[in-house]
Amino acid sequence: MKSFKNFIVQFFILFIIWILINNSFDTELLITGFVFSIVASSIFCFKCDVFSDIKLTPKALIYTILYIFVFIIELIKSNFDVAYRVVSPSLPINPGIVAVKTKLKSKMGRMILTNSITLTPGTLTVDIIEDTLYIHWIDVKTVKIEEATKDIVSHFEKYLEVIYG
Amino acid sequence: MKILDITGAILTLIGSIFIFLGALGVLRMPDVYNRIQTGTKASTLGTMLTLTGIGMIHPGWFGKIAILIIFIAITNPVSSHVLARAAHFINIPLTSKTVVDKLRESKIEEMENALKLEEEQKNDF
Repeated sequence: MKSFKNFIVQFFILFIIWILINNSFDTELLITGFVFSIVASSIFCFKCDVFSDIKLTPKALIYTILYIFVFIIELIKSNFDVAYRVVSPSLPINPGIVAVKTKLKSKMGRMILTNSITLTPGTLTVDIIEDTLYIHWIDVKTVKIEEATKDIVSHFEKYLEVIYG
Repeated sequence: MKILDITGAILTLIGSIFIFLGALGVLRMPDVYNRIQTGTKASTLGTMLTLTGIGMIHPGWFGKIAILIIFIAITNPVSSHVLARAAHFINIPLTSKTVVDKLRESKIEEMENALKLEEEQKNDF
């Protein structure tokens, strides 16, 4: 059952990429893509467990879409923040590496979380040791673990917890 | 058609401004980590906007551009994280403005614990 879920997710990713690259819905193209997606995902996802942690429920789907919106807003905010710091003559930075805790257990969830942190306002994941993330923060507001966790991680975590657990 | 062209051109222009600011940040920031910060962020949104603009001017390329944007959004933070981790691993110093370095503290603590353990084992013999 587990490997079947991996197979299905892998198949859909490959098939969507095939459609996007060809940019058309001809029957021949769709059949070719369908066959090759099945072959490729059954060869490469025979025993993989990359997507095992994803929950395929309607609630998870809604949260995924919400998460993408939150992520895009944060990305735009972070760009204006960094652009402001670069342009202003006094170079207003106050950098440091802080530690935060994460509640996520799955590998995939943690990967998405660290990637999102790297792309959001003034934060860059430097290292993970067990459940502690070490984050380079361009403007350190607090050095306490709890407050830093609340500032950096929480607003992503509440979505990712539902999607990946 | 005309409106799409103009919107695409404006988006491409905004994207290139962001990429320029990223380059300026790499030049102005004092140490490796801050440079990686400005480099990653500006280049991600800049590249996305530029590609979207090109996609508006040539609607036929929409699918390929969507794939490019997704790959950039996935791979860009991974590479910057790996660079920062390697830099910290070989002890590249942080700038003098730095407030706190918890990672260094935790590494020092770990080393001290290991030394203590070794001494205890020696004493036992």
